[in-house]
Amino acid sequence: MISALASTVVQHDLRWLLLLICAWGGIGLAGMLRQRSLLVVRVLFPLGSLTCLLVAILAGVFLASGQASQAMVLPLGLPDLPFHLRLDALSAFFLLILGVAGAGISIFSAGYFRVGEGTSPGLMGLQYHLFLASMAVVLLADDAYLFMVAWETMALSSYFLVTSQHRIPEIRRAGFLYLLIAHVGAICILLCFGVLQGGSWLFIFDAMRSATLTPLLASTAFLLALLGFGAKAGLVPMHVWLPEAHPAAPSPVSAMMSGLMLKTAVYGMLRVSFDLLHVRFWQWGVLLLALGLFSALYGAIFAAVQTDMKRLLAYSSIENVGIIFAGIGLSILFETCNLHLFAALALCAALVHSLNHALFKSLLFLTTGSVLHATKQRNLGKLGGLIRRMPWVASMALVGTLAIAGLPPLNGFVSEWLLLQSFLFTPEIPHEFVNMFVPLGAAVLALTAALAAYVMVKFYGVVFLGQPREASLADAHDANLLERLGLVWLALGCILIGVMPQLALRPASAVTRKLLGQSILPTGSIWWIAPIAPKQASYSGLIMLLGIVGVVGITFLLVRLLAHGRTRRVATWDCGYPYQNARMQDTAEGFGQPIRHMFGTFFRMERDLPAPEESSPHYRIRIEDRLWHAIYQPIARAVQWLADVVGVLQGGSLSIYLLYSFLTLIVLLVFVL
Amino acid sequence: MHLLHPFTVPVINVLNLLAACLLLLSFAMLSRRRTQRLITLFAWQGGILCLSTSLVAYSSGLHELYYSAALTLLLKVITLPLILRRLIYRLGAEWDSETMVNIPVTMLAGLMLVIFAFGLAQPISMMATTITRNMLGIALAVILLSFLMMITRRKAVTQVIGFLAMENGLFFAATSATYGMPMVIELGIALDVLVGVFILGLFFFQIREQFESLDLRNMENLKEE
Repeated sequence: MISALASTVVQHDLRWLLLLICAWGGIGLAGMLRQRSLLVVRVLFPLGSLTCLLVAILAGVFLASGQASQAMVLPLGLPDLPFHLRLDALSAFFLLILGVAGAGISIFSAGYFRVGEGTSPGLMGLQYHLFLASMAVVLLADDAYLFMVAWETMALSSYFLVTSQHRIPEIRRAGFLYLLIAHVGAICILLCFGVLQGGSWLFIFDAMRSATLTPLLASTAFLLALLGFGAKAGLVPMHVWLPEAHPAAPSPVSAMMSGLMLKTAVYGMLRVSFDLLHVRFWQWGVLLLALGLFSALYGAIFAAVQTDMKRLLAYSSIENVGIIFAGIGLSILFETCNLHLFAALALCAALVHSLNHALFKSLLFLTTGSVLHATKQRNLGKLGGLIRRMPWVASMALVGTLAIAGLPPLNGFVSEWLLLQSFLFTPEIPHEFVNMFVPLGAAVLALTAALAAYVMVKFYGVVFLGQPREASLADAHDANLLERLGLVWLALGCILIGVMPQLALRPASAVTRKLLGQSILPTGSIWWIAPIAPKQASYSGLIMLLGIVGVVGITFLLVRLLAHGRTRRVATWDCGYPYQNARMQDTAEGFGQPIRHMFGTFFRMERDLPAPEESSPHYRIRIEDRLWHAIYQPIARAVQWLADVVGVLQGGSLSIYLLYSFLTLIVLLVFVL
Repeated sequence: MHLLHPFTVPVINVLNLLAACLLLLSFAMLSRRRTQRLITLFAWQGGILCLSTSLVAYSSGLHELYYSAALTLLLKVITLPLILRRLIYRLGAEWDSETMVNIPVTMLAGLMLVIFAFGLAQPISMMATTITRNMLGIALAVILLSFLMMITRRKAVTQVIGFLAMENGLFFAATSATYGMPMVIELGIALDVLVGVFILGLFFFQIREQFESLDLRNMENLKEE
């Protein structure tokens, strides 16, 4: 009975998914009925969360069933150009990410959004569920039209979500920057599809798959895709919107954007380069690898010197996206050199890291939301000691920080370990210099991972440990029940994938089988992973966990029983001084100072050092992105200049305007002649 | 080859004469200063249009064209001039005159436009299969001249008259190139023109309220600095 039901569900997976996407739309519209009621948030968001969960289950079932693909033609769309949908392993994997992380974020949102904070909850619900639905459609689209429609819906709905507190000028500015870069990216993607159709003028993905492109056209399409999807993903130098938009957006929205939306860009890149262009040149891989590693390092370094907790996480997203793109680049490099198994390994690492990042970054953004609600502070310099006031949030944040720092036995370690493993095989690449230089990438990756750990020590230590830096922090309250539920869901995901990596590796292998016809070697046990061969390297999260728990437990017991036998509670980092206050602790700036020194060339710093005789000395530092001054400001100036030149045309006189159209008419007629 | 009705020479001569009158009227409009005179000329233009359309209808045997001729008579000879006259009477702009660009220069520019229009129409009229195809050049010239008139005028009412005269030229072009547009479209355009004049009439009052004059030069300070 159940198996029969399951098999019918599997056969009509795509239809069910479509129904769920419509359900999101319905939930969103239902919110508009009673816009200002809190009931909307408390009832509709859990429903949305349930829908997310169902999407994840359907995607998981599809991946487990091993089907090739399911296609559908919708009776909607432009005249004579119906919308096409297709569910294959790649889209199913990203739907899985969307569903799993989305379920946690939605249930958290149910407890988070309030009346009177920017956009009304009902409208927020509409935008939020539209955002979810458009991301799902992006993943399912099988023609360029539907893809672009969904892509733009995604950009617009997220723009309105980011600017929900639109009465604050900085937030409007951040929203504009985001919208601008999103649109420039969208134009690149549109042009990319224009090149991909290869003269057939058919914009169905099937036609693009079979189109034969010259090397020049194929590379053009690849570069356009890199620009377009890179802008959405936040690759350096198109990353500038991320650190602006994330602090501006409400925390669940940041979580959605960082955890899920950036992944749609990863999906797009994979779809275009692997599925539509059938990876052709090793140079693509090198480019992607270099850009990815640079972004990763850049993001990690900038994250280390931030003092706003959400900006810090935004830079950390840049770092993680860089790692994912580096994995994709490495995979392309291996694939073009006919090293299929290693290509599968690198791609697998990138995919698993996408899933992991969706889990832990959403988790961390949500915890910053709880902290923000409890303390009204984003500035790290005014937080501290929250572990006593907010034990739930603090413990969940601890799981997230350990995971993102890449420590075993959590999920971040699995993907970074897999990626480092795949770097070990670069000597087999049959290109001179490439096989010598790429191993340096492994060093950069290791440096990035270390820096990421440093960043997370800073984040956790300054926010949750030590003493409260402000008196008002004493009133901080812990997250409410629904918020806790969301946090626990995401934290459980981090732990489960860390302990049982096969949970993520098996779906990812289905994707590599689809894209590369190869998957990393399966092992019989769900507890072990051995990417290439058990004798080379293998890892078991469970043994790691048991080992850590064992060592910590025994040490704790030994210390408690043998050494002291009694415990005493004193202020943190007291160190035996007779007098100590909160201002004597290490600050966020102080913690980042060594990084600021070592990587000084990356920043543009302005420092205000107090004179020795000042009675109330203040130390100020402003750190800016060099790329902002090097790339974006010249472009802005050029556009301004051009606009001024064109503005001369606007003389104001009606006769002149009429003359313009008259002359245009005459010129056009002359052409006809 | 599409065979035509036997077409007697006098009828086509009369049609050519009417077309020439139309062109002449356009030049007259270009040089008139007073708004009232312009409205009279506009009514005359409509009258000639009506006459030529019915002649074409008679000679080609297309009954639909009679309707469009009747429509022209009703709208462009009677209704629109009536509305415009009432409008300028109520605006107190009956005896407004305006300073224009040097009239001889405008006339010369108009001449150039006519030559250009004829040059343009030649290859197009080769393709047309109608008996009136030679008049396409005149129709284009009327359109361009009306446009020129809009450019040289500064008053709001005269701009609208120029716009309506341009529509006349388009109508004439349609009649001479393809024996008129389908009835549905023609009715639609007629309605648009009527509604357009009503709306523009409302604008006139608004403009006068704002600037206490109908001179469009006042609108120059509306542009963004």
